[in-house]
This record gives sequence, structure tokens and C-alpha cells, in this order.
Amino acid sequence: MLAYIVRRLLYALPILIGVNLITFALFFVVNTPDDMARMQLGVKRVTPEAIAKWKAERGYDRPLFINAEAAGTGVVTETIFFAKSVRMFAGDFGRAEDGRDIAREIRLRMEPSLAIAVPTFILGLLVSVSFALLLTFFRAGSLDFWGVFVCVAMMSISGLFYIIGGQYLVSKLWRLVPISGYAGGFDAWKFLILPVVIGVVSGIGASTRWYRTMFLEEIAKDYVRTARAKGLSEVVVLFRHVLRNALIPILTGVVVVIPLLFMGSLLSESFFGIPGLGSYTIDAINAQDFAVVRAMVFIGSLLYIIGLILTDLSYTLVDPRIRFV
Amino acid sequence: MDFLPVLLWSDLLIWALVAVAAASGWLSARSPLLRAAWRRVGSHRTGMGSATVLVVFGVIGLLDSLHYRPALVAPTGEPMAAASRQGTAYSVEVLSLLDRLLASLRARSEKTYSEPLATRAYAKEAIDLRDADGRLRQIRDYPRLKYGGAHLGDDEARRYADIVQRLLQALALAAAIWCTLAGVTVAVLARAGDCTLRAAWRRIWRNQTDFAWNAVLIVLACLLACALPLAGLADDYHVFGTDKVGQDVLYQILKSVRTALVIGLVTTLVMLPLAVVLGVMAGYFRGWVDDVIQYLYTTLSSIPGVLLIAAAVLMMQVLIDTHPQWFATAAERADLRLLALCLILGLTSWTGLCRLLRGETLKLRELEFIQAAQAFGVPDLRIIARHIVPNLMHIVIIALVMDFSSLVLAEAVLSYVGIGVDPTMISFGTMINNARMELAREPMVWWSLSAAFSFMLALVLAANLLADAVREAFDPRLAGAI
Amino acid sequence: MSFVRIVCLFLCLLIPACSSEQNDPYPASERGLNILYSAFTERPKHLDPAQSYTEDEITFTAQIYEPPLQYHYLKRPYTLIPATSTSVPVARYTDAQGRDLPADAAPDRIAYSIYEVRIRPGIRYQPHPAFALDAAGQPVYGTVDGERLRAIETLADFPSVSTRELVADDYIYQIKRLAHPRLHSPIFGMMAERIVGLRELGKVLQDEASRLPAAAWLDLDRFALPGVTRLDRYSYRITLRGKYPQFVYWLAMPFFAPVPREVDRFYAQPGMAEKNLTLDWYPVGTGPFMLTENNPNSRMVLQRNPNFHGETYPCDGEAADRAAGLLADCGQPLPFIERAVFSREKESIPYWNKFLQGYYDASSISSDSFDQAVRLGVGGDIELSDEMRGKGIRLLTSVRASIFYLGFNMLDPIVGGLSEQTTRLRQALSIAIDQEEFISIFMNGRGIAASSPLPPGIFGYLEGEEGSNPVVYDWVHGQARRKPLSAARKLLAEAGWPNGRHATTGEPLVLNLDTTTGGMGEKSRLDWLTRQFAKLEIQLVVRSTDFNRFQDKVRKGAVQLYYLGWNADYPDPENFLFLLAGPEGKVARGGENASNYANPEYDRLFEQMKNMESDGPRAAERLRIIRQAVAVLQHDAPWIYGFHPKSYTLGHAWLHNRKPSDVGNNILKYQRIDGGERARLRQAWNRPVLWPLFAIALLLVGLLLPAVLAYRRRERGTAC
Repeated sequence: MLAYIVRRLLYALPILIGVNLITFALFFVVNTPDDMARMQLGVKRVTPEAIAKWKAERGYDRPLFINAEAAGTGVVTETIFFAKSVRMFAGDFGRAEDGRDIAREIRLRMEPSLAIAVPTFILGLLVSVSFALLLTFFRAGSLDFWGVFVCVAMMSISGLFYIIGGQYLVSKLWRLVPISGYAGGFDAWKFLILPVVIGVVSGIGASTRWYRTMFLEEIAKDYVRTARAKGLSEVVVLFRHVLRNALIPILTGVVVVIPLLFMGSLLSESFFGIPGLGSYTIDAINAQDFAVVRAMVFIGSLLYIIGLILTDLSYTLVDPRIRFV
Repeated sequence: MDFLPVLLWSDLLIWALVAVAAASGWLSARSPLLRAAWRRVGSHRTGMGSATVLVVFGVIGLLDSLHYRPALVAPTGEPMAAASRQGTAYSVEVLSLLDRLLASLRARSEKTYSEPLATRAYAKEAIDLRDADGRLRQIRDYPRLKYGGAHLGDDEARRYADIVQRLLQALALAAAIWCTLAGVTVAVLARAGDCTLRAAWRRIWRNQTDFAWNAVLIVLACLLACALPLAGLADDYHVFGTDKVGQDVLYQILKSVRTALVIGLVTTLVMLPLAVVLGVMAGYFRGWVDDVIQYLYTTLSSIPGVLLIAAAVLMMQVLIDTHPQWFATAAERADLRLLALCLILGLTSWTGLCRLLRGETLKLRELEFIQAAQAFGVPDLRIIARHIVPNLMHIVIIALVMDFSSLVLAEAVLSYVGIGVDPTMISFGTMINNARMELAREPMVWWSLSAAFSFMLALVLAANLLADAVREAFDPRLAGAI
Repeated sequence: MSFVRIVCLFLCLLIPACSSEQNDPYPASERGLNILYSAFTERPKHLDPAQSYTEDEITFTAQIYEPPLQYHYLKRPYTLIPATSTSVPVARYTDAQGRDLPADAAPDRIAYSIYEVRIRPGIRYQPHPAFALDAAGQPVYGTVDGERLRAIETLADFPSVSTRELVADDYIYQIKRLAHPRLHSPIFGMMAERIVGLRELGKVLQDEASRLPAAAWLDLDRFALPGVTRLDRYSYRITLRGKYPQFVYWLAMPFFAPVPREVDRFYAQPGMAEKNLTLDWYPVGTGPFMLTENNPNSRMVLQRNPNFHGETYPCDGEAADRAAGLLADCGQPLPFIERAVFSREKESIPYWNKFLQGYYDASSISSDSFDQAVRLGVGGDIELSDEMRGKGIRLLTSVRASIFYLGFNMLDPIVGGLSEQTTRLRQALSIAIDQEEFISIFMNGRGIAASSPLPPGIFGYLEGEEGSNPVVYDWVHGQARRKPLSAARKLLAEAGWPNGRHATTGEPLVLNLDTTTGGMGEKSRLDWLTRQFAKLEIQLVVRSTDFNRFQDKVRKGAVQLYYLGWNADYPDPENFLFLLAGPEGKVARGGENASNYANPEYDRLFEQMKNMESDGPRAAERLRIIRQAVAVLQHDAPWIYGFHPKSYTLGHAWLHNRKPSDVGNNILKYQRIDGGERARLRQAWNRPVLWPLFAIALLLVGLLLPAVLAYRRRERGTAC
């Protein structure tokens, strides 16, 4: 097991390098250093000298991947790619193009992102699993039919509608919570309640249906019939056998997103004016702040890899039959 | 020739998809197992009901996938010789067969917003009036629409009566059509089942037919009852109102259907083979194969999706912008961007299915019967084809169908972030994005958003319900459970 | 049942909360305080006066920094008045030998213009740790090491703060900072042309910076700038090359605000930048407010500067100001408000709704996205709706010193060039594209159609018949009326494209328009534009791209038609007319003339006009030249003059002394809040509606009930 974890962690290195390569390649085609300089220097009265100066100062005047003019290892090391990505492995994300320290910014914005994402995730999971269990209990009845129908209808509605509608009703018409904004600490609850509820509601449909499928699959298995034949009550069967065994596929789908909760949610953060990492990312894309985008891609990838390792570990914990060589 | 056919890339793919669907239908008809599964789908009531809805959407989408450029009418009185020497000149505007059918909707645009079925604009405007003594006078009033209810003339009060009359006519027509269709169905069934018409009718409604005719007939009735009044009213009114520049919302809705279908279907086409082949290989062979495939998809999927899509879409945009000579028309540019979006969405979404399949294969591989097969020395490919893939089919189908709807929904979100389809292309996403601002108006402009909402819901809901039916029919494990 | 009990408990908890505003986004502790609430959409990137240039930034910097001059709050046209200086400096001209020249000397004889600025003594900076001195008179935080910085997270964590008097050296230091190699000041290139020795200083500093380690402090006092010299403790002299009457306007911008050397040195210490302790993040100034909380992601707080030197509310203004109550506070000490809280509001719907609920005192309309949301009515309704009038909301309008235009690339073979034919084509299009309709549909009437590059309020703008563009409008019954389409068709035929077909080949006329996505790229606008071109049977192909690509294309001249806009830096016609000056050509010189228009006649007039003052004896002559130049532009039609947007600001009844100002940005100190009225109205407007909560609870119970019943039935069934 330990060897497995170590091996997986070693995988992370080439993956992160690959991710960096892809990001650099994609973003530099779109966004040449000249573009970045112009974006940062503004529109009015920009001279070519100013751009050259900006590039030189930020280290964007070197070649991208291969420096043919340099000698020895300099061919690889004296490039933008090397200069900008090696430091990230040491946890140093550098400065945003507007001169602000990225690592500090990320630390600041992590709290609001987690404050929405974690309650949404936990509540969503609880509500969906219990709803799915309920549907499974009444399977093949009219309650099940209409329950599934409601789920399908709910997942057929775009997330944008939930946010627009929720904001319109709860905040504008009923004036129950502030429309947008954020405050640190305990005051945050009144800003969080609506995005969390909307997040949970918009996720219920898809996840309930998915969990229900998993439960139904389990319930069709022989051991469940055996258990039932032993005279165990339906509730006990559901909780002790079905829920436990159906957890494997559920975990596969769920564990991987846990670390990504750090990344925040793009839509609700910008609609509700919550200064989290999601809105940071959107801002960076809009401002074409490549340093921030790079850092967020890097962190996102790292968290994703951690999520994958957690997933595979959870396999072994729930189902001892799976072992890793 | 008064038109020049234009084959857009997405048209090509859509028709290819139709061909593939037809071919696989023909193939599955020859295999008894698959035929039985499809029969089960056919007997599923909600499934067939939503299939009927989807067929309607599909027809709209297909009609919208036959494009042409109309010839420019030569100016009258000008030397025609000059024009004919050059050959016919074609408009840069690319139209589709659907545009042709909806020509009246497309052309009749007002100045700005108007409510559904309105005869007057939604906002007051200064109108010049000429008094009896010939002086100009300005008053502020709701201006009369140029087209909405124009046939009423000055008699605007007659509007309600007119609408009701048209509704009744349309409903009567709908009833007539439905009765004919139902009659034909019953007659065909009666002949096939060798029984009386009455018995066939009874069998349909008592759910005793192999095919869920009752659901199809009910949905047809609903569709006819909705579509015909729409068609009857759309000629002289703006049934769903008009948007900011006065374009008919109904027209935009119908045009959005194709965009949604292309995104949902073509994307799937791209990701499917990749996901299945790689996923199964990784799970089954493990070892270095697993490592390589995992590296590939982990790297791709670990890049946050929005960022990857943003970068790729922007890159395509740069490519498109630097080569304006590739495109004769704006529609071709928009089409390529749409296609690029599909490709990119496909590339980012295959990884999820791939990982799922790998996980499931890992689990299957541990099962006794497969280990037994391996012990007997059955070739790996045979095990995969015989035992693994069939046991994965339900996951593939569920994931695919879920993907269809989630892709249609994703398009809306991407358009919101600004990396969706070309802004000149009508889609649900661009409609919602524009309509968002309208909610903040006083008084509120609600119709674009509600229309987009209802049609999107209908499309996605139907797709999801059909998916459920297909899943229940195909899943080997669920088949006996209920 | 436990569930029901929980619901009851929850509702009971809610009932005491009903009385007050549930949706107040601010902490309860702030209620009743003299705080002005406002919002910003784009996070300010730079607060360093050498770098900040955008409107988002100047909202903050203008309240903090005090350049020598400012604009009069009420007077229009905009008038410069002293801020920290004793008077508005008047240029002195000399020839190359340094001999004084009279004020009306010919521009080509003038080698140098000399401005002497004298500041008032006794002005002090806001409290700041950089000024703190120990008993020995040495700065307390002169050498801050990593150990001492560990406990520091924000500027407020430095225990001792102090202040210092404003001196002329601080202004000189900042002008040198414009040449700082690490600061990339947007006006460096421009000012280097003007200020004697600035370019050379830039080079010297660049060399010096490359010798120093990356983050080391560059002491600008070690380097001389010949064009800027200290006369005494309170006055300094700026020497410019040639005549540049517009320079005084620059003296009202934060670029020329004072930056104390010790502050620059303080922030340059190692470890500061990692904690965002920079001038970019914590500006230091002498202005009425200081930035105490800087969280550009959600909230910026400006607190009244306790050391503010004092200023009083103006007593004179425009004729209408007295009736509008803008002179009621005459002679009162500024600022009125204690604190101003700016919240980040990215989405326009929440912004707008919070304003309606009374949580923003005014909706400042600055960024494009907000413009779209503030629709006062559908269609061209300029008046407030009854609902808003009932709330006491007031509407303030002013035409902004900007222009949006559809430019032709004059290098393009089809639409460009000064030949008679292509000019006709451009004129035809100018008539066909109905700007009035555009303003009515897309701007809700919040703009006026432009006849020339000059917006109202700028010297040279003409009203009435003489200001109307004779190419596009007829003057009928005392009103400008757009020429009929038939006129445009006739022009098009004369241009060689009768009915949109080439006169000889019959080939249809296809034009390409480049826009940026988001702004003009929105679908409905593009549809509208296509329709305008279709009126002349011209086919329009719109290519919308991202901003960088668009800029790139414009720079290379690879566009045919394009949309752009310009916001004035200062209220002088030169700032608009230079956009079409030949020497500013985008492709040839990388200037601001994106149309690459070059008409020798116009260039001659522009050169003449540029160096003249708008007041004084030669004003009439200047006006005459401007009119000639504008007439040339109207005939050549290198642009389709789009519109000058009107800024619409909405203010609640409790907000006083609000007057829209386009170039003067230090407006916060004039605002006054009636806190009691605000509290009363907010409470009246924000009574929560509670029945939906009960309804949702009932619905949930209703949903669960059948499940519970079915479960009971089933359990009983299995039991039997």
C-alpha cells in the first residue's frame, strides 16, 4: 500500500510537467508576451519600447521552450518555460502580472471558496444519498417513478437558471438574504445560505439518480436476496448491505472532487460576489493574467491528483478484495 | 440557379451521424439480442413519449442543417449583362431550409422589445402626430408594432377574439390530424394483429401492445396541440414576443435547437471510441499500459476544465482570425468555432468516462468467471469483447446520455463565461446570456428567458427520459431486478 | 414528530429576526454611521500614481493623492483650480538661448515652456509607518528584516505611525518615478518627449537597475532631472520642450501627485512586496481620504484622513446648481463623510438590486457591463420610472467627454483613401447607419449622436445648425434630421456601387467589420448593424475577436471597418482631434490614429490649433481653425461619428451634493449623507417576506407525507 502511494506520488511529477507543457503551449499561442504586455500596460499611449521593457523586466523576452543561442544546459534552462515553471514545484508561484503575490492571494481566497464548497458538498451528498435510498426503498412504485421524474426534470435545468431564479426570488422579492457579498468569519452565514442551498438543489437531480442506479444494481445481487430471505427487514438490508456496497462506485465519483473543492465554483462565486478562487480564476482569464492562470492550473492539477489517490485508497478501505501491487 | 448549396462541417458530421445511426439500426435489427433490447425500449412508455419529442427536435435540427446561399436578386433596371457575365452573385448570408420555412418569422422584425402576442411595443416612445391644422405634435405612447397583429388594422380590440378564434381553429385542426393519425395506427395494428379495429384500439389503451403506442399518441396529441396553435398565431403575431432588436423569439428558439443537438451529439461522437478503448485497456492490462493511459488522461483531466476549454477555444479563435481567407461567410466561421468547441468538449470529457470504465474493469477483472477464463487461456481480446465490454455497456450508455444533456447545459455556462459558441450564432446559451440582463429591467422582460428555459427543459428532459428507458432495456443487471 | 419540531424551532428563531433588514449586506455595527456605500466592478490593478491610468483605479487614487491642481467641482466647462498649489501655474516661454518670449510668440520660436508650481505650506500626509521617527530622528522602520516582518500582515500591523509636511521634493520625486524602469508608467513615453531630460533619466535608471539586484531600492534622489528643479522648500519648476498648453491638465492627474522618498524607501525593503506592502497596494497621500482596507476582491475602505489640510465646499457653480441644491453646503468644511465603503460587484443584477434596496447610495455608471443593466425603462425612456421616483431616487445626467465611433481604415483599397469615390462610399454609410436608433435601442437614449469627434463641453463643440454634420443631416425646422436613405443610395451609386453592386463587374459589395467580443460583439448589436448595411444592399461580414487580436489587427492595418472609443484625458479639443492626425498613424507610427487618416490640409490645421490656448486673445482664432478642421473631417468621413455617451448616475434621496463629473475624479469629499433618512428608508424597503418559508416547509411535509404513509402501510403489510 505504502509503495503504491509512493508510486502514485511519483507519477504526479511527470503529470505536473505535462500539465505545465500543455498550459504553456496553449496559452502562449493565444497570448504572446507582447499581448500580455499590452494587456498590462493598458490601451492608451503604449509604445513599442514600453512593451520591450516590460517583457525584459518580467523575463518574457526569452524563447519559449528551446533557447538555441544559449550554451550547454542553457538551451533548456534559459527559456520562459523553465524559468516560470520550475519555481512552482517549490511552491513559489511568483507575482501576478499586476505585481501581487499569488501565493498570498490564494491563501486569502481559499477561505471563502471552502466556506461555500464544503457545506454544499456535504449537504448535497447527505440529501442526495437519503433521497436515493428513499427512492430505492419504494422502487418500482409510483413514488419512485415521480421521484425519478422530478430528479430528471431538476437535472434538465441549467445551473444558470437556479442561480438567476434563486437570487430573484429569495433576495429580490422576499428580501430574506443579501443579494451578494461576503464577510469573513461568523458574519458569512447570511451570504452563504443562498449559494449553498442553490448549490445543493441544483446538484440533487443528477446525483440522486446516479446513486439510485447504484443502489438498484446492488439490490439485484444474490446476497441481498439471501439477506432478505433470512428475514432481515428491508430497512436493515438497505442500510447494512446495499448502502455499504454501493459506496464503491459512489466514492469513485465523489472522492475525486473533494480536493477540488478548494478551487471554488466559477458561477456562484461570480454571481454572489464571493471573493474565492473561482472568481480569481475568471478574473485572471479575463485579464489574461497568465501567471495566475498558470498557478491555478498547477494547483488544480495537484489537487486532482491527490483526489485520485484518495479515490483508489478508498477502494481498498471499502472493498478489501481490491489490492494493489 | 437561385441558390448555392453550402455544406458546413457540422452539417457533414450531422448527416454522417444520421447515416451511422441508420447503419447501426440496420445491424442491430439482425442481431436477435439487440433486437430484443430495442423492443424493450419500444415498450417503455415514457421512453417512447420522449422519443417522439426528440424526433420533432431532430427534424428541426436536420432541417436547419441543409444550408445554402441565396442568389442576390439582380437590381432592376441595371445592365443585367454585367451581372450575368460575372455569373450569379450569392449573398454572404448563409440560410438553411429551416430559415426558408420560417422566412416570415425571420424577416418580420420589430424595432425592439414587444411582449408575446402584443400589438404594441413594450415601451413608450415619442410619436409625431399631425394635427388637423397641419402642425406636428409629439405625444408619448406605446407605438404600434410593424408586424405584430398588423392584420387587425386599427381594430386592436379584436385581438383577443382573433387569438381565441385562431386557437380554436388550430385545436380543431390538431384534433382532426390526431384522429387521422390514430385511425391509421389502429388500422395498421388491426391488420397486423388480425383483429377488429375496436379490439386494436382497446389493446393500445390497455397497454397490451408490444410498442408503447399509447404514449406516442398522447405525446403526439400534446405536440399537435402546442405546435399548431403556435404555427397559427406565428403568422401574424410574435408568439413569444421579440427581443432587444425586435427579432422574433420563437425563431431564435427554433434556431437554437440545432446548436444544442450539434454540441450534444458531435461531442459524444468524438469522445466515445477514445474513452472505451483506452478505459478498458487500462483496466484490463494494468501494468505499463495502465500507467501510460492513466498518465494521458490524468494529465488532461487534471487541468481545470474551464481553463483548458478557454485556452483551446481562444487558440482556435486566433487560428480563425489569422486566416480570414478560409471562410467565405460568417456562418462558416461560426460553424468552425462550434465544431472546435465540440472537439474541445469531447477531449475534456472523455477522461471522466475513461476513468469510470477503468475502475469498473478493475472490479470486473477480479470476478471469478473472468479469472477462470484467463486460467483457461482464453485470449485477452476475446475476454474483453465477450465479457468485459458487454458488462460495461450500461455505464457507457448512461454516461453518454447524461453527457448529452450535460453538454447542452454546459454550452449555456460556457457562453456565460464568454468561451462558448460564436456570438453571432443563435444558441440557448447566447439567448440566456442576453436575457440575463433583461431581468434587471423595469418592467421586467421575462419572455426570452422563459422561452429559452422551457424549450431547453423540454429537450434535455426528453433526452434524459429516453436515456433512462434505454438504460433499463440494455442493462443486463437491471433487467431482472424490477 | 421530530422533523416538525425542528421546522417549528427554525421558524421561531426567525420571527424575532423579522423586524430588521435580513438582507443587509453590511455588518450590523456599521448601521447609523456616516458611511457612504458604493461599488466597483473591476478590481483596480494599480494604485501607484505612476502607473494607474484607468477609471477603475482613479476612483480610489483621486481621493488619496493630491496633485497640484484639481477641477472645480461645479463649474462647466471644466475649470482648473489649485489643490495643493497656491495658484494655477502660467507658462513662461523662452527661446533656445533661454531668453524670455512673450506669451503670444509663434510656437516655432518657443524652445522651452517653464511652469513654476508653488505649494501651500503646512499640508501634512496621512499617518503612515514610513514617517515614524525614533528618538534619534531616524526612521523607526528604516531597516525591517524578515524577523520583524513575520508578525506583520497588513500596514495596520505597524505599531507606530507618524506624518510629515508636504514639500516640493515629493513632487519632484514622483516625476522622476515616471522614468522608473520597474514601474512602466503609461505616460513615460509621452512625457519623455516633453519634460527636459526625462528620457535620459530613464536610460540612466535602466542601466543602474540592471546593475542592482532585482528587488533593490533605486534612490531616485541620486539622479538629476534637469527639467524639474527645486526652487525652495515649497516650490519647483518644470521645463518642457516646445509649447504644450495642455500640460496644466496633466498637473491635475495623479501622475503628478507627491510621493515621499521615505515611503518609496520603506516599501522597497526586502520582504515587503511578498506581503503586498507596496505603494500599489497601500497608497500614501495628503488627500481627504486614506485607504485603510484594501481587499480588491471584495471591499475597499477609504477612511477620512485625520491630517487633511482642510478645504471648503465651493460657493459658485453653474446657473442651475443653486436650484438643484448643490450650493446649500457653501463654505462647509470638507469632507462630509467619515468613511466610504466600496464593495466589489461583478454581476450587474446584484449591483442594481442592491442599489434599489438602498444598500448603495449611488450607482456610479462606469464600466460597460453596468451600463447594460441600468435600464431605466425599456426603449428610449429617459425618465425615471414611477416606482423609482416614488423612492426618491434622483437621476443625474451628463454627456461624457468620450466618443464611440465606427472607423474606416483609410489604407484599405475599398473604403479607404481620399479619392472622391471612396469618400462618397463613406458618406453614404454615415447616413445609412442610424445612430439615433442605435442610441435609442442599445443605450436607452443615454447618448447623443456625434457630428464630429468633439463632445459637448469641449472647446470647439458647436450646438445647433452650425454644429450639425452637413454630410449626414439636413437642418429642418430648427432640428437636425438624418438625410433620407435615397440620398445615401445616390452617394453609393456615385461611389461606383449602385445598389451595392460594382458598377462594371456587378460584384456585390462586401465589407468586413472587426469588433471585440463582449463590447460591440454582442449578437443583437451585430444583427442591428447588419440590417443597417442591408438598407443599402451592402453585405456586412462581422469578425468579432478577443481584444488582443483586435488590437493586433488594427495595428497592422488588417481591418476594414472597426469599432473603437476614446475617453478624454483632459478637456481640450487637442485630446480628440489628435486621434485623426496624420503623424499619429497607427500603422506607420504606432500612434493613436487607428484609421490611418492623413489629410495634409487637416494636419496643417491641427498643428496650428494644437499650440493655442482656449482662453485669452486667440480663442476666437482657435475656434475658427477647429471649425475648419472639423469641416474637413466631416467631408472626408474617416469615421462614422457614433455617439457621445451620457453618464446616468442614480442617487438616493439621502445622498447630497452629487454632480456628475467626467474629468474631475476627487468627488468623494463633496458628498454628504443623511444617515437618519437612509436608515428609515432602508428599513421600509427591506421588510422580509416570510410566507414562502412556511410554504416551502409545508411543501416538504407534503412531499414526505406520502412516503411516510406508504412506509407505514408497507411495514404493516410485511408484518401481517
